[in-house]
Amino acid sequence: MRNGAWIRNVTVAGGVVVLLFLPHLIPAYYTHLLILTFIYGLMAMSLDLLMGYTGLTSFGHAAYFGAAAYAVGILTTRYHVHFSVAMLGGLIVAFMMALIFGLMATRATEVYFLIITLALGMGVWGLAYRWVSVTGGDNGLPGIPPPDLGLPWSLSDPVNMYYFVLTFFTLACFFLSRFVHSPFGLSLRGIRESESRMRVLGYHTWLHKYTVFVIAGTFSGLGGVLYAFYNRFVSPADVHITASAEAVLMVILGGAGTLFGPVLGAGLVVFLRNLISAYTRRWLLILGVTYVLVVMYAPGGVIGAMKGTFSRLRAKMIPTPVPGGHPQKVKLQRENPDEEVLTR
Amino acid sequence: MIPSDAPGTCLVLEKVSKHFGGLRAVDGVTLEIRAGERRAIIGPNGAGKTTLFNLITGEFPVTAGRIWFFGQEITHLPPHRRAALGIGRTFQITNLFPKLTVLENVLLAVQGLRPTKYVMHRPIWGYPELQQQARHLIERVGLWEKRDLPLTNLSYGEQRQVEVLLALAGGPKLLLLDEPTAGLSPGETRVIVEIIRSLDPTITVLLIEHDMDVAFEVADRITVLHFGRVLAEGTKAEIKANREVQNIYLGAGTGS
Amino acid sequence: MEFWIVQALNGLSFGALLFLLASGLSLIFGLMRIVNISHGSYYLLGAYIGLSLVKATGNFLAAILGAVAVVGAIGVMMQRFFLARLYRQEQAQVLLTMGFAFMFADIALWLWGGDPQRIPTPGFVARSLAIGPVVFPAYRLLVIGVGMVVAVLLWLFQEKTRIGAMVRAAVDDQEMARGLGIDVNRIMTAMFLAGAALAAFGGVMGGPFLGVYPGLDFEVIPLAFAVVIIGGLGSLQGAVVGSLLVGLVDNFGKALFPEFSYFTLFIPMALVLAIWPTGLFGRR
Repeated sequence: MRNGAWIRNVTVAGGVVVLLFLPHLIPAYYTHLLILTFIYGLMAMSLDLLMGYTGLTSFGHAAYFGAAAYAVGILTTRYHVHFSVAMLGGLIVAFMMALIFGLMATRATEVYFLIITLALGMGVWGLAYRWVSVTGGDNGLPGIPPPDLGLPWSLSDPVNMYYFVLTFFTLACFFLSRFVHSPFGLSLRGIRESESRMRVLGYHTWLHKYTVFVIAGTFSGLGGVLYAFYNRFVSPADVHITASAEAVLMVILGGAGTLFGPVLGAGLVVFLRNLISAYTRRWLLILGVTYVLVVMYAPGGVIGAMKGTFSRLRAKMIPTPVPGGHPQKVKLQRENPDEEVLTR
Repeated sequence: MIPSDAPGTCLVLEKVSKHFGGLRAVDGVTLEIRAGERRAIIGPNGAGKTTLFNLITGEFPVTAGRIWFFGQEITHLPPHRRAALGIGRTFQITNLFPKLTVLENVLLAVQGLRPTKYVMHRPIWGYPELQQQARHLIERVGLWEKRDLPLTNLSYGEQRQVEVLLALAGGPKLLLLDEPTAGLSPGETRVIVEIIRSLDPTITVLLIEHDMDVAFEVADRITVLHFGRVLAEGTKAEIKANREVQNIYLGAGTGS
Repeated sequence: MEFWIVQALNGLSFGALLFLLASGLSLIFGLMRIVNISHGSYYLLGAYIGLSLVKATGNFLAAILGAVAVVGAIGVMMQRFFLARLYRQEQAQVLLTMGFAFMFADIALWLWGGDPQRIPTPGFVARSLAIGPVVFPAYRLLVIGVGMVVAVLLWLFQEKTRIGAMVRAAVDDQEMARGLGIDVNRIMTAMFLAGAALAAFGGVMGGPFLGVYPGLDFEVIPLAFAVVIIGGLGSLQGAVVGSLLVGLVDNFGKALFPEFSYFTLFIPMALVLAIWPTGLFGRR
């Protein structure tokens, strides 16, 4: 275990160093996409706490992201508060919303959870769309100023913004990685696998689900806060069911139940959407087709599918699998990634 | 009914019923189990045995009746509170955490009754005492070598052993075993029986069992359930001699 | 007073539409536990196809038949070739129907453009009826009538026919129904056919007063789920009550609190679902 942790730490440190220098090595357009990847990655990672770790698929996760973004938009454009106040305000809104909505959603299981979160998400979208006096309705809220850090570097420069977002992203990754490896994180996976067993082992499972729901909503809110500052514009589209469904796609693309898979999924969706938009306006169609293909052919996500293909190839090239291993065991391990998410 | 307060009584059920629509799965069952007793509950399929367990652990609310545990009424406590009082159980259909490793399965059980389960900021491997206890339990059934395998990679017999381990991890005062040997080979059955026989004698054991040999070997007293009601209760000899039981339950193929 | 009567009639006519949409969804949900997100797309596609057919033929009935046939076929294909292959994988099925919903939404946008459109009201009901001081479009009354007729027909079908009995049996206990030799797969396909066709029918019927526009699919789907949830899974009577309730709440919500119209619907719906997971009229 010690050794593994060492290697992981080095890899992570290396990754951070690469990310630190990246904006100076790549075209500005890719920096832009990377910022979006971090922002949506936050939303996807937090959704994965529910989907992958706890086994609760939320179809309204953009609500917390969007509510926080709207809070920032309203606080900065109407009340001209300091950016730190706006950030805190956004987080509090997402937190409070998750606190209230969680009471309704976490009592339910499986498809009921899904429909409740969908309905709650639509309710929030309805507010954004119709509560024109506050949200600006269909026109959204333009003109959100970038944070003024009081430093010589302006955050209207995307590269500086990149570091601003990266800082929060890295911090969030650190906390989330501690979180999923903690006793509490393990208990969430236990609930995913068998809630009835967890109850008789002495777990107040609802409390765990409710807690992770609020945590996930708040981290999604952090993504929303950063999004508002970066995009400088919030509109009902950001809380629409399409946005929630994109978040779900990010998680299943990257592989549910892994911490960084969803970030990869977020990257794939962001890059795909932006690159494709250069050629066609049929993004929604492509999103739909991707959805169907992933569900039918790669339910373990892209990483899972690659792992599966890789081990199949390896099994072909090396006729005798792991020396001394039971053949059955190898087979099971190979099939696992494909079944990871959706069999339950 | 006063016996619930009598010293040395572990579990008392008073006229406990559970109806599912028109079906009376458990119908006015009254039971009294002494502390340290080994009691087997037998009865044909659909007699309400597993439902009775679910009522004792709180998975289902009772339709009527009351339940006491060491003098405390638990009729309306949720499952996790009953677990905290010292009720542990196994399931007839293996109910584990299939995609987690053996160690993780047992760790979940070990931390189930500790406040540690709420800790979010420290990695789980930072708790040597949890690891130590988990290791102790896993070694008890000789699966330490396989601790990092996903549970699904274990054989069925091994999974049944883990099933019992999880119920033991919290140090229960009352252990409910729901057909622990179902589907096991004679050899594997021996392993489970030995685990049960080697339990601390102060632990009260309630055992649902289809294998009569196992039931008679492990239990002091036997309760026979039939259509949700208690048909008979007594020592092995009394049950074996009971005409009604022979007719309804043991049938023609006695001894099988 | 007039306000209340007119709004109530509006709510009832919208409720009738919702019933067409939700009765099929309820059966699909009750029978297969499939949360069919693309059910709203059936409604949207039905409306668009109806629009094109009305424009081409000038015949409202032809529009209904065409829309019902095409969308019914789409429903059957989705069930046969995709959903049936994900048997019992509830989450995968939801994701799949979500994917289809996006595809349908974009295809509709592609084919029919982004501007809101309206199916012309059929001539014989294109007028208003004055009942005392209340003036009300005749077409809306027709929609209410159609909703009632369909409800009665479905009820007769469910209670009086052999297939209806099989469907009820399958909703109650699928395994048992299989054991009794009922071909549950065929019933599932039939349910998808009926559900999609009814939704498309609703789309055409709603076209003259709700219009057709991109995003309508995702607007009606939570409403349809609200009906199903309030009414209880697979319950026809529940769907009737749920439709009227949601139709009225939605209409009065929009009329009284325009800024909170969606909120006043979805949040109570989530509450109802959280407290009574099997619906107000659900069995169990």
